Amino acid sequence: INAEYGTQLTVHTKFEMPTISIPKTRLWAELGFDESYTQEQFEDLCFKFGVELDEVTSEKEMQQKEKGTADATASEEEIYKIDIPANRYDLVCAEGIILALKGFQGQIDYPAFKVNVPEKPLEFTVDKNLNDYRSVLVCGVLRNITFTPERYASFIDLQEKLHFNICRRRALASVGTHDLDTVSAPFAYKAESPAELSFAPLGATDSVRGDNLKAHMDENRPTISKYFPLLRDDAYPLIRDSEGRVLSLPPIINSEHSKISLATRNVLIEVTATDATKADIVLNTIVCLFSQFCDAPFEIEAVRVRDAAGAVRVTPELGERRVEASVAWINACIGVELERAHMADILRRMSLRCEPLDDAAPDALVALVPPTRSDILHACDVMEDVAIAHGYDNIAKTVPNIACVGAQQPLNRLTDLLRNELAQATYTEVLTLSLCSRDENYAHLRRPNDGSAVTVSNPATYEFQVARTSLLPGMFKTVHHNKGAPKPLKLFEVSDVVLRDAAVDVGARNERRLCALYCGNTTGFEYLQGLLDRVMQVLDVVTVADKQKRAAAAAASIKAGGKAMPVRNSTYRCELLGAEPPANARWTFDGHGASVIVTSHDGVDTHVGYIGMVHPETVNAFEIGYPCSALEINIEHFE
Amino acid sequence: VRGTTGSIGYRYKWAIEEAKKNILRTHTTAVSTRTLFELAADFKPMKFFSIDRVFRNEAMDATHLAEFHQIEGFIIGPDLTLGDLLGSIQEFFRRVGMPRITMKPAYNPYTEPSMEIFAHHPILNKWVEVGNSGMFRPEMLEPMGLPSNVRAIAWGLGLERPTMIKYGINNIRDLCGHKLDLDFVSSNPACRLDK
Repeated sequence: INAEYGTQLTVHTKFEMPTISIPKTRLWAELGFDESYTQEQFEDLCFKFGVELDEVTSEKEMQQKEKGTADATASEEEIYKIDIPANRYDLVCAEGIILALKGFQGQIDYPAFKVNVPEKPLEFTVDKNLNDYRSVLVCGVLRNITFTPERYASFIDLQEKLHFNICRRRALASVGTHDLDTVSAPFAYKAESPAELSFAPLGATDSVRGDNLKAHMDENRPTISKYFPLLRDDAYPLIRDSEGRVLSLPPIINSEHSKISLATRNVLIEVTATDATKADIVLNTIVCLFSQFCDAPFEIEAVRVRDAAGAVRVTPELGERRVEASVAWINACIGVELERAHMADILRRMSLRCEPLDDAAPDALVALVPPTRSDILHACDVMEDVAIAHGYDNIAKTVPNIACVGAQQPLNRLTDLLRNELAQATYTEVLTLSLCSRDENYAHLRRPNDGSAVTVSNPATYEFQVARTSLLPGMFKTVHHNKGAPKPLKLFEVSDVVLRDAAVDVGARNERRLCALYCGNTTGFEYLQGLLDRVMQVLDVVTVADKQKRAAAAAASIKAGGKAMPVRNSTYRCELLGAEPPANARWTFDGHGASVIVTSHDGVDTHVGYIGMVHPETVNAFEIGYPCSALEINIEHFE
Repeated sequence: VRGTTGSIGYRYKWAIEEAKKNILRTHTTAVSTRTLFELAADFKPMKFFSIDRVFRNEAMDATHLAEFHQIEGFIIGPDLTLGDLLGSIQEFFRRVGMPRITMKPAYNPYTEPSMEIFAHHPILNKWVEVGNSGMFRPEMLEPMGLPSNVRAIAWGLGLERPTMIKYGINNIRDLCGHKLDLDFVSSNPACRLDK
């Protein structure tokens, strides 16, 4: 086990689900719906397939939401916004989802994509000076493609979606698309010194020198500037053609010269990357989905790429991948009994053709996965597609054939027991946040920052800088936000704090604490002491005096010839804290704080917590405005 | 690193340093995984649940805090099926007062098949997403040494959102955290899921 665990925890951001927008008329036309087909029916189709119709809006509505008013020319035509699962890169454009839904409806068989390798393919060389620096490059050509304004917009949008998702904001890969008729092969991809390169980036009329490029972007295309940190300051990757014309500076921007337009007929698509798998997925997705608009549909022309190490690869590689699955296993996982031939048949609706069924291997089902289905990693992905094609609604609901005895974790059972007792003692429960600011955890409790709390390395706000090492801050903050409530306030919480602990594999452990607070016109310390006595009574922990009495009564009973249960209770006592209380107890008012100590029957002392009047400085730090007393003990000792 | 389950995997360079970085869990499935690993050492079919805190580093708003709670259930045993998962989910949601549910194919990196659970909201008269579920992937279970016919089915839901829907609360800070009104705690009626 790596002993180097930091005690910094990172709170991770959520991964977003892409949404695509398609005009309703296009969906209805391409999917063969007539006017009587309703939105609800389309929603149902999406639902069964596994995408979600998120919203029906219009250009006009979107502008109103964004800017407050819409242009007079804004269309009111219905636009359907569809949420796509995060792993389906083949569905993040209209062309992709329509192809998939056509297949799902049985309108078409999913196309077989074909790679044409010409006798003399276009050549692309990656210079070895790109080694360790976005050196992966793959490339493909779409010949004789016909763009319409709709397809063109979709082509651009697909690249942006892929850039954001699978390319992790261009960090792992990025795409450049070029009008092949404006440039000439062979192409070279090489790192160059910024001061020595110069080209007109997309949208500019004049050339910009490499070392001025960032400033140019900051001014003209500020949304692109954020990608510069992906580059080294002394070397920019550059793609040039045989005449030295620049095609692109990945991942920043393409050139003005090679830009594609509506009239473009031959498109060169290059993907540069640090991750070879992502590069292939991105290239394959783009060329396959848009190859349907070529004169020879679903055909893609290959390019020969020599990589930084000198190895040659012909890209894209679009072979169908064989995934073998067991028919019996598929049926067992889903809980159905489908015939193999039926499985192969329904899989076609999920863009998966199967190899011809071999009678010599009656349990084998071999799916041929198209290059657009990068989400298929294992036979279980094929099994899921069988289940979807069959319809989740058509699977019989059963109850697992497992008999078990259920139970709560002992610590949680104890917690619930104590919570009930505290509520019965007329204290009100609170549920506070486990992350707080450094000050709330240390300074406000009059203790130094000794690094005992786990820190969050990238908190979005100061409100969650550290994980709490005490329940007191949350308690005090609750009082602060309920200043208007009638006094006295009597609150409790039984919950976890987080303590750094090198003995644990993750470097920290939770500790279950019980915290109670009294706030009123007086500190009410005597009430809180009474609560502590009650908690101990519930836990069958007695005072020393009480134990002596019980022991004496038991002894007398035995002496008189009767029987008595042995008295083996733990005992507890409160020990007044001295003039210099320990750091954890500095929230108590001088001379009015005590350590709560439990002694086992064997005589072993355990410090379980503190009780005391709250120090005025702490009261003021949390802006409470009234005297308080509090207690906090570790209940794990009593588990 | 090559796995042994017959999966092509993610095909990127895995680094143990990255895997060992500490984060505050974004879902309780992280602990379920650890539990399954411990169970694998001495396997017997079992059913587990968890109701606990999770974290996310996002902008907070009326319905989102940086920390909240998830409810999770999972069952592990030989020959479990997707039908068993559907049946368990149906029964669970019936008991929390949502008898009318339907399932939509979805995606989680660690489950296949995956399903989002939708319940019919009687007042809004529409289907609302109430949970997530799936069958754990072989790549997750087999490296733990679990027998190959052992499958694990799981489902989960958030705690705060359905609570806010049930009680008509619009701001999550009114429900938990230090900003809530104590009067709400003392005057709220008992939770009757069957009513």
